[in-house]
Amino acid sequence: MSILKDISFKFDTGKTNLVIGQSGSGKSVLTKCIVGLHDVDHGQVLYDGRDMQSMSNRKRKTIFKEIGMLFQGSALFDSMTVEENVIFPLSMFSNMTRDEMRDRANFCLKRVEIFNKNNLYPSETSGGMQKRIAIARAIALNPRYLFCDEPNSGLDPKTAIVIDNLIQDITKEYDMTTVVITHDMNSVLEIGENIMFLYEGENYWQGDRKSIVSTESKAVNDFVYASKFMRDFKKRMV
Amino acid sequence: MLGGAFSRPDKLKVFWKRCVDEVMNLGVNSMGIVFIISIFMGMVITIQTASNIDSELIPKYTVGFTARQTIVLEFSPTIISLILAGIVGSRISSELGSMRVTEQIDALEIMGVNSKNYLVLPKILGFMFILPFIIIYSMVLGLFGGWVVGMASGIISSADYIYGLQYWFEPFSIFYALIKTVLFAFIIASVSSYYGYYVKGGSLEVGKASTKAVIWSSIAILFVNYLVTQLLLID
Repeated sequence: MSILKDISFKFDTGKTNLVIGQSGSGKSVLTKCIVGLHDVDHGQVLYDGRDMQSMSNRKRKTIFKEIGMLFQGSALFDSMTVEENVIFPLSMFSNMTRDEMRDRANFCLKRVEIFNKNNLYPSETSGGMQKRIAIARAIALNPRYLFCDEPNSGLDPKTAIVIDNLIQDITKEYDMTTVVITHDMNSVLEIGENIMFLYEGENYWQGDRKSIVSTESKAVNDFVYASKFMRDFKKRMV
Repeated sequence: MLGGAFSRPDKLKVFWKRCVDEVMNLGVNSMGIVFIISIFMGMVITIQTASNIDSELIPKYTVGFTARQTIVLEFSPTIISLILAGIVGSRISSELGSMRVTEQIDALEIMGVNSKNYLVLPKILGFMFILPFIIIYSMVLGLFGGWVVGMASGIISSADYIYGLQYWFEPFSIFYALIKTVLFAFIIASVSSYYGYYVKGGSLEVGKASTKAVIWSSIAILFVNYLVTQLLLID
């Protein structure tokens, strides 16, 4: 059974690229294929022209080092403190001294506005903080590509917007290629610069946050205007 | 899984630290329960042996001799390993299973870390290193427990018990026990890691994986115990 069909899409550098769609549309599978956690049966995943599928594991590792990923559940290592979590990729893949790693970790934590939490364990922090710590860990090695799987799931609307804006700011600041997987319309309207709408495993529509509210596509409209509030809003706009 | 685990570590310094951590987590933290079990089992083995020898023709030191043979050859290496298969095995399996379902293993992979090598190999090597020490510790405690109960209840004199411990002692029995122990440590750590690492689903599946890890580790220990005994003790 094929889950994804004929998907061809280019994620732009320096922009927040969104992959949206209903639950079960193949968003998470697509992300796992892109980052190499699943192998694809056909086709190519190109990182600036480098085909990940045809690479040896050793060469893949060089791409992995250029990838930062924010998981839906944060995926922080619960046996490590906040600071140790951020230091971890540095300790594995850099030649920094202990003090340099600590300085870099503190810089990343400050960038995501986490202060004085270095010695806490992830379970001692809130959901929003965990997401920000995970972002700090993801950017510790200055990645070229940042993947965020449902970055604001389980967060209140205010914190969700803070996380969305943080992702967008970091993308511009470090000129990264950021891909955000979401089904949250607030995120779409807040940071959607380059959007791919997945429907039944296919790249059904693409555009930006302005064009998504005015598209004639039924499947996209069913998704965007799923709530009564949005339908009423559309009627008033018309 | 073992193919991926037994490969060159990404960073030796980090790998070494992970091995030391696992020695502490899996071994040193099991010392308490091993202490209690070994002391009491040593006491019971001595009482049982003494109470079953009621012939005047059998010398008293036989109690010490039997306690030593039972503890060194089977109780400490096999029974303690089976108990640790429950304690350490379920710990390894649930730790890795939780990491799998909360995407922590995926996070390692995306960072380019060989997760099997980073997570599994230190557990296997750490436990294979520490279990022989735990078993020697258990042997000493079991024999000490037998001596204590012999003194306290008066069923055997200290001199007879100690003479029995030394009587017809073959150092090969210790070698045999430690060979078994290293194999059991490998079985416990690798079988439990396998079930934990490949968990799919949620917390219910993590629990099921822990149960399976304990069951299959125990069965494998019993089978290997039979094989090793057959190979090493039967001429």
